[in-house]
Amino acid sequence: MSWFDFFRRRGSAPVARERLQILLSHERAAARGEPDLLAKLREEILAVITKHITIDHEKVDVSMDRGATVSTLEINVEIPNPAGLLAAAAT
Amino acid sequence: MAKVLVVTSGKGGVGKTTSTAALGAALAQTGQKVAVIDFDVGLRNLDLVMGAERRVVFDLINVVQGVAKLSQALIRDKRLDTLWLLPASQTRDKDALTEEGIAAIIKEMQPNFDWVICDSPAGIERGATLAMRFADIAVFVTNPEVSSVRDSDRIIGLLDSKTEKAEKGQRVEKHVLITRYDGQRAARGEMLNIEDVLEILSTPLLGIIPESEEVLRASNIGSPVTLSNPTSAPARAYLDAARRLKGDDVPMHIPTDRKGLFDKLFGRRAA
Repeated sequence: MSWFDFFRRRGSAPVARERLQILLSHERAAARGEPDLLAKLREEILAVITKHITIDHEKVDVSMDRGATVSTLEINVEIPNPAGLLAAAAT
Repeated sequence: MAKVLVVTSGKGGVGKTTSTAALGAALAQTGQKVAVIDFDVGLRNLDLVMGAERRVVFDLINVVQGVAKLSQALIRDKRLDTLWLLPASQTRDKDALTEEGIAAIIKEMQPNFDWVICDSPAGIERGATLAMRFADIAVFVTNPEVSSVRDSDRIIGLLDSKTEKAEKGQRVEKHVLITRYDGQRAARGEMLNIEDVLEILSTPLLGIIPESEEVLRASNIGSPVTLSNPTSAPARAYLDAARRLKGDDVPMHIPTDRKGLFDKLFGRRAA
């Protein structure tokens, strides 16, 4: 842990909230007998991206944030830059 | 005609029995006729929390099986003459509970009471599903903590599919009761806050019961906290929650116990 983490350290409640939201969206879908929507989205989005770019499958994050009136779907895909690739290749 | 209310949670140890006793007493304190039923067969505790453990003669299963009449099994509270308890059996198996038996008992009670409150056991098995089976209103007792919120979510799902009302396409009125709430820890971001819990469960709030030593003291002496210390913070929170159940519009706030300078300086617990 760096000194920076020390100042950034917050309560654990936001983590709890986020973990619960992800877990419960899975469990509710399972209880309704629906296939897991997030897992399916993740899979299909990955399939589309890998057609065009080579990415690390571990560096894809799909999450859903439920709101009162709207929910948002957040997709984070980490794509290595060509420069980064070159640098990595040089070392 | 009594409203049937189930106090449930999925998770154990969150305060179902304490809340059943306190809400039952709080409603009875307003003059309503209240019967509380313990569905935790084999692990009964509502009798103990209400201080009636030495007065149990017949129990729920005796009535289900026709060994005793309902009037013989019901125990009248010594402090409140509008509050009654139907204890669970301590020796029998929970399989002795039948849906027909419970239906008959609740039907027999309804004309004679304003409220029939069913104290559910933890878990999602027979006792828990039968406790919620005939409910008009459900109270989900939830601690602001991940495992309790997850289990409440599961129970809310069960309630929407397994109750008689749900099967008829009717709605069961649902409420979340937050217990063991510590405002200071929530403010420091160490405890899920109320908005988070309500948003995750998408269920309206019935009340917030602050963490308090008064709750433990009340069960130690065998008295609902609304009777043992009616002006304490948890008792005020339960009394407000009971008024909301009756349909009164009571503004929501988190009661606190006033602390003296000494408590503030030396009484702070190590958390």
